[in-house]
Amino acid sequence: MNAIITVVGHDSKGIIAKVSAKCAESGANIVEISQSVLKEYFAMIMVIDISDISIPFTSFVDEMKKLGEDAGLDIRTMHEDIFNSMHRI
Amino acid sequence: MNLLSFDDIFETINMIKEENLDIRTITMGISLYDCAGDDIDTVCQRIYDKITAKARDLVKVGCDIEKEYGIPIINKRVSVTPISLVGGRYTKDDYIKIAKTLDRAAKTLGINFIGGFSALVQKGFTDNARNLIAAIPEALACTERVCSSVNVASTKAGINMDAVAMMGHVIKEAAYLTRDNQSMGCAKLVVFANVPEDNPFMAGAFHGVGEAETVINVGVSGPGVVSSAIKRAGNCNFSELADVIKKTAFKITRMGQLVATEASKRLGVPFGIVDLSLAPTPAVGDSVAYILEGMGLEKCGTHGTTAALALLNDAVKKGGVMASSHVGGLSGAFIPVSEDAGMIDAARVGSLTLEKLEAMTAVCSVGLDMIAVPGDTPASTICGIIADEISIGVANTKTTAVRIIPAYGKTVGESVEFGGLLGYAPIMKVSEYSCADFIARGGRVPAPIHSLKN
Repeated sequence: MNAIITVVGHDSKGIIAKVSAKCAESGANIVEISQSVLKEYFAMIMVIDISDISIPFTSFVDEMKKLGEDAGLDIRTMHEDIFNSMHRI
Repeated sequence: MNLLSFDDIFETINMIKEENLDIRTITMGISLYDCAGDDIDTVCQRIYDKITAKARDLVKVGCDIEKEYGIPIINKRVSVTPISLVGGRYTKDDYIKIAKTLDRAAKTLGINFIGGFSALVQKGFTDNARNLIAAIPEALACTERVCSSVNVASTKAGINMDAVAMMGHVIKEAAYLTRDNQSMGCAKLVVFANVPEDNPFMAGAFHGVGEAETVINVGVSGPGVVSSAIKRAGNCNFSELADVIKKTAFKITRMGQLVATEASKRLGVPFGIVDLSLAPTPAVGDSVAYILEGMGLEKCGTHGTTAALALLNDAVKKGGVMASSHVGGLSGAFIPVSEDAGMIDAARVGSLTLEKLEAMTAVCSVGLDMIAVPGDTPASTICGIIADEISIGVANTKTTAVRIIPAYGKTVGESVEFGGLLGYAPIMKVSEYSCADFIARGGRVPAPIHSLKN
């Protein structure tokens, strides 16, 4: 079961490290990372496998959001089905 | 990255973050037939126990889905069997007791509205229906979350004009009894023709007679998303415009289908329908009027508005139908004046009049919705407004409805403010000429003929 983390905000050092560390800490396995930097803006999409996470997924969502708020970034963690249902027939 | 592209993912996120995409409501329908009884206190206890047991996890499941999928789910609500159909012999006071019970159950569950304080009287009144209708004004005044509706006509039965005449007085009384709160009672009361029995939207939701024991119906939203898509499409022709709307409606509805399926699975309650309606909110950027203006109208309500709305409504349905396994409810575009920033603005500057709104309702999903009129409007004039609107539904085999607020003590130039999703409404002008003698005739308007269509 996959979820997708999106990170958007001003580029700064260590963004990927912070998000990856939180994933590792919660037992989420990173499947794929894709990122782009446009001018000073940073956008990253991370696909993670949440089958074995050690905390409830809703708590993981909250913790990621908090991490984003602390770092001045918009971090959203969403179950991948929302994207699949919208963009795939 | 699996099959999803960077653009797909950010398109979804942008819809939610910038364009106000949300699921407007998850509504659980609950049958109350088995709560029947002779003793009103026993009946109330059964109703309370059943609603609070069946919908116990509704809010929690809604919140979990909202968090896991990252899509806001604005309301979690309950609709019940039309209360006038719950067996037994009840007086007006008994019905007020039941209304209070429903309100108490809604508060226990933490939901903002519960629908179904309703009667179906398109052909005639049962004694219970008559008593329930008489109880509506007080029931709405002494409760906070109970919503009421009365179906006064259908294409097959014609129009029960005695019921129309009664509703004019009920609405006036509800306005008076809730005069200290902007005549709010009327915002929770809908008069219908051809009422759908699986509508998840308030105030007209109830759990219809042919429905299962419990059911999950979902209403989507997303005027902001459609509006942005039209803006991006730029100066295209009508075929292309319809295509843009269809594609957007498809995507919005897929969200509804996903949430409905998931809620149904987690609650162990069968999935009923997704209602495709474009439901606006007073928030800037979440307006159906702005969609119409985005098509090229200087102001909503001007000439061309009905055509634009007809195109929008049809394209939304065509796009949405393919995205969901079962579609129902009101499905179309809502045009509630007070709940739509663009409609409010158009009404305030005089571009949008009651007459134009009436024409618009012939091609879209509901009717004269959240219209504020002067507090001294005679009951007979309100009946005339209802009769006109209901006739459009009956003659055209569609749902129409009236939710009108004769704002007590207020007149044209003033406004009423309901707050929240119910918004703000400028008082609209009504005709000063009487229709009292017409309404006073009473009886039934025969059902319309279905051949010789002209």
